[in-house]
Amino acid sequence: MNHFETGVIDLAYLRDNGFLPSEERQRKGPVAVIECIQEIPCNPCVSACKFDAIGMDGINGIPHVDFAKCTGCMSCLKVCPGLAIFIQDKSKVKPSVTVPYEYLPLPVRGGTVTLLGRDGASLGSATVKFVLAADTMSRSSLIAVEFDDSTLCEQVRNIRVG
Amino acid sequence: MDDNRIATHPILTWDRGTPVRVTYDGRQITAYPRETVAMALYAAGVKQYSTSSRFYRPRGMFCAIGKCSSCMMRVDGIPNTRTCVLQVQDGMDVETQHGDGKFPDVQAAMKGVKEKNAEVLVVGGGPAGLEASLWAAKAGADVILLDQNPQLGGQLVKQTHKFFGSAKENAGTRGITIAKKLIEEVVATPSITVYSGFTAFGWFQGAVCAADQDHAVLFQPRKVIVATGAAEKMLMFRNNDMPGVFGAGAAQTLMNVYGIKPGNKVLMVGAGNVGLIVSYQLMQAGIEVVGVVEGAPRVGGYLVHASKIARNGVRIMTRHTVLEAVGSDHVEAAIVAEVDEKWQPIPGTEQRVECDTICLSAGLKPSTELLEQAKLDLAYTGELGGWVAKRNWAMRTSNPDIFAAGDASGVEEASTAMMEGKIAGLQAAYDLGHTDVPVEEQKETRYNLDDLRAGPFGAKICIGLKCVEVLE
Repeated sequence: MNHFETGVIDLAYLRDNGFLPSEERQRKGPVAVIECIQEIPCNPCVSACKFDAIGMDGINGIPHVDFAKCTGCMSCLKVCPGLAIFIQDKSKVKPSVTVPYEYLPLPVRGGTVTLLGRDGASLGSATVKFVLAADTMSRSSLIAVEFDDSTLCEQVRNIRVG
Repeated sequence: MDDNRIATHPILTWDRGTPVRVTYDGRQITAYPRETVAMALYAAGVKQYSTSSRFYRPRGMFCAIGKCSSCMMRVDGIPNTRTCVLQVQDGMDVETQHGDGKFPDVQAAMKGVKEKNAEVLVVGGGPAGLEASLWAAKAGADVILLDQNPQLGGQLVKQTHKFFGSAKENAGTRGITIAKKLIEEVVATPSITVYSGFTAFGWFQGAVCAADQDHAVLFQPRKVIVATGAAEKMLMFRNNDMPGVFGAGAAQTLMNVYGIKPGNKVLMVGAGNVGLIVSYQLMQAGIEVVGVVEGAPRVGGYLVHASKIARNGVRIMTRHTVLEAVGSDHVEAAIVAEVDEKWQPIPGTEQRVECDTICLSAGLKPSTELLEQAKLDLAYTGELGGWVAKRNWAMRTSNPDIFAAGDASGVEEASTAMMEGKIAGLQAAYDLGHTDVPVEEQKETRYNLDDLRAGPFGAKICIGLKCVEVLE
């Protein structure tokens, strides 16, 4: 499997193994996508979820999102040590993705940033929808970006300021 | 003059205080009170600290945590001073050490040795040692904690990332936050006495001798918990002793403790968790990571760590190795090449990668010097990083008065080190008759520890433990 050589997770693998919500679900509202496909001893996302939407078989299990229960509330994004959780939302006029972000400078709301894919390559630019700055030492800042092309939702996983 | 100090950081801030005056080879450099000599020099752009004693090759730091002796200089006339763990003082005179040091005035250097009794002596104030001290004290024991660094916390104070593991323990919390909490708790516990800056260097018939720059103390403990951590392994390649080649942990020490840039363009060697995490931390400090080289056909650390740096554009080069550091007195580039199935470089695949720093994260080796001196039963266990002490389930070694915990007892990671420290600390206290903490607490910790190791990433550790967890 290619992703273990490059670190770039294969989109087809995610699609074929139930890691991505359906188009229909995405059009209903924001939803979490957990790109954690390897058995590692880690579970804070499970207890962070107030809706019991993340299932895991033991601490070394792989997290699976019950997309029907998930509300896209972002609680899991803030605690995930792997920064491996993203929110996709195709329910609004402008589709959006929310990513965890731990670099400086933080982008500003309404500003323009470069969208990056899983391999760090540019996917064009977008407007910053909101910035949730880190609230304590243990949290990550969350950045939501909105754009026109809804197919980008599955691809945007990082941003570059400027 | 160069100033490689980091001004802003997404996670960290540094309260540096007012600069003090330090002289380096006759010129003034800017240093801040909390910095160690090696760190202040590095911030001022000094990368070479000594010349080697046989071939007069330039030498810089390697481990930056007092273990490797690569940063030894003359400080106020005293040679062989490990500058990475010695804090600067106003008026200090630092000189490059050329070759072997000459022993200074014997009368001035030896100020007399004090003696001190201890119920439980904990050596090493990292995650395992802090937990061991806290839980031994909670169970009712008097504890003395030795640490050779100017501040407690070991490598935990450098872990700016959120921890993996169980939400029941500390997962989702940054290592630095856990460290702060543990250190505050240790300092606030009256039955724990901390000796910072003290290196335990000798085992004398049940007594442990330790010293800082000015004092030596002979500790007479009833129980000893050795939590001395681990040291980075060296890799064999041409010019691997050149200033600018150092452990990934040294890069963490520079940037995450002292707020100093390790370099501007860094090549990381090793894609285990340490290499991947430090690469990410380098980028957070605004430093370019020019690539991650890994000999194995796949990433050894967690895929999520690799993905984190990949989506920031960092190239991970699996099946590659570093052949040479290029430069005269410091790194200017690296030669890397592809390797075959037997890890042999493939001729013709060599390429030059421009960088000013080569960080090695090729695994860690348990620091077992004290355990060796105490003549414990050790076993070579590759899965755990090298020689480690045989012990029972509660970390008690072949000498019933000595315990080992954390990386010193087998290289894993901070969460398991904390749990081992807790188990060892409680057992040492129980063995002395202190039972203020019920034994169920210890049993449950051991259960959670086994649970954490139960997945594929713990499989190798469990194989290693089968060889060493053999005592009653």
